[in-house]
Amino acid sequence: MSNTRDYESIPGTYVYDARRGRSGYALNMFCMSLAKPENRKSFKENEAAYLDRFPLSPEQRRTVLERDWLGMLRVGGNIYYTIKIAFCDGLTFQDVAGRMCGMSTEAYAQMMLAGGRNVDGNRFKQPEADPESHHG
Amino acid sequence: MARVVAGIACSHVPAIGVAIDKGKTGTPYWEPLFKGYEPARKWLAELKPDVAIVVYNDHANALSLQIIPTFLIGVADEFPIADEGFGPRPVPKVLGHPELAWHLAESLILDEFDMTIANEMPVDHGLTVPLSITCGQPAAWPFPVIPICVNVVQYPPPTGARCYKLGQAIRRAVAGFGGDLRVLIYGTGGMSHQLQGERAGLINQDFDAAFLDGLTRDPLALTRITHTEYMRESGSEGIEMVMWHVMRGALDEDAIEVYRHYHVPASNTAAALMILANRSAS
Repeated sequence: MSNTRDYESIPGTYVYDARRGRSGYALNMFCMSLAKPENRKSFKENEAAYLDRFPLSPEQRRTVLERDWLGMLRVGGNIYYTIKIAFCDGLTFQDVAGRMCGMSTEAYAQMMLAGGRNVDGNRFKQPEADPESHHG
Repeated sequence: MARVVAGIACSHVPAIGVAIDKGKTGTPYWEPLFKGYEPARKWLAELKPDVAIVVYNDHANALSLQIIPTFLIGVADEFPIADEGFGPRPVPKVLGHPELAWHLAESLILDEFDMTIANEMPVDHGLTVPLSITCGQPAAWPFPVIPICVNVVQYPPPTGARCYKLGQAIRRAVAGFGGDLRVLIYGTGGMSHQLQGERAGLINQDFDAAFLDGLTRDPLALTRITHTEYMRESGSEGIEMVMWHVMRGALDEDAIEVYRHYHVPASNTAAALMILANRSAS
C-alpha cells in the first residue's frame, strides 16, 4: 500500500495519522488519564488546574474546556481518546456524534434508526455538493 | 493435534455491552438485535470449544499512544476487565490459556510475525462484548481466551492482506501444538460505522452485505480492499474490519457460512454476527 494520503478526499473525516499523532499526543494522553477514577475526580473538581499537568496548546485547552468535540479532532484529538471526556461528563457516543455533525441527539438518533447517514454523496469532498446530501 | 474448527465475526459496539449489563436487551430498540444472537449462542453451546482466540482492538484502555503494537498477544493466566471511563463492565474476569498462548507467540515470531507479548493486560469491550453476545451472562466464561490485539487506532492499521496472513500463521501454529484442542477464533469490530467528524453516523449496508458474502465467496479478494476504501465506503471506523481477515485466514479456504445476523443500528454502528466453520469440523 502506498502512502499517498488519498483519504484526505473523504469529507468530514479526521484520520489519526502521523501528523495528528504528533500534534495530538499530549491532548490524547490527557484523555487517557481519565480512565482512572481518581483523575476523573480531580478533573471534575478543577478542570483548568488538572489540564495544567499536560503540555496542551492554548487551542487544545480551549476545545477541552468548551467541549468543542469537532475542534478537538482538528487539533489532533483521536475519537477513541476524546470520548473519555464525554464519558466523564455522562455523555454517550451518540450525544458526541450528534454534536460533531451539528445535530441534536434526537435528530442524530433518528437518522441512525432510519439506516444511518447515506454513503451516496458523502464519499468525496465536493464544494458544490447539495447541502441536504451531507446530512444523509 | 490442536486445530482451529470455527470462526465468529462479531461487531463489538460498547452500547451492546451496556444493554446487556443493564438488562435492556428486551426493549423495542434492542430486541431485534438480540433475538438474532440466540441461534449463535445455541450453536456455540453445542460446539464447546476448548479455547478461543479473540482478535480485537484495544480502545485506549490497556494500551495508549505511548507504545503502539501493531499485533499483540496476551499470554497471562487471567485478564482483568478494564475501566473504560465509567467503571469496569460487570462480567467475569477472562481466564487465559498461557500454554497455547506462549506456543503461539513463539511460533508466530519464528514464522516472521513480530508479535508484542503482554504478560499483564486488562481487556476492554472489544473483547468482552463479543463474549457477552455469544455466551450470554454466565458466572464464568465457558472457555479460556487468548487475546490478540490489532492496532486500528493510530493510522495505518496493518493491511487486510497482512491480517489474513497472520490468520494463516495462527492456523499453522495451532496445528503444531501438541494436545487435542478444538480452537475457536473471533474476528471482531465493524461493520460500517463512523464515530467522528461531520460524517459521523455513516452506514453502508451494500458494502457490508458484499463483505459478508465475500467471506465465503472470495476471501482473498476482500484482503485487497485498501484502507482508504474501507474509510470512504464503510466509515472511518469501518476499517476495524481488517481484523476479520485474521479470523478468516485461520480457517480453511473452503470454510462454510453457518449463520448470519445483521442489524442497523446498534448505537452508531451496523452490527453483524457471522459464524463460519471448517467442513472438517463437523
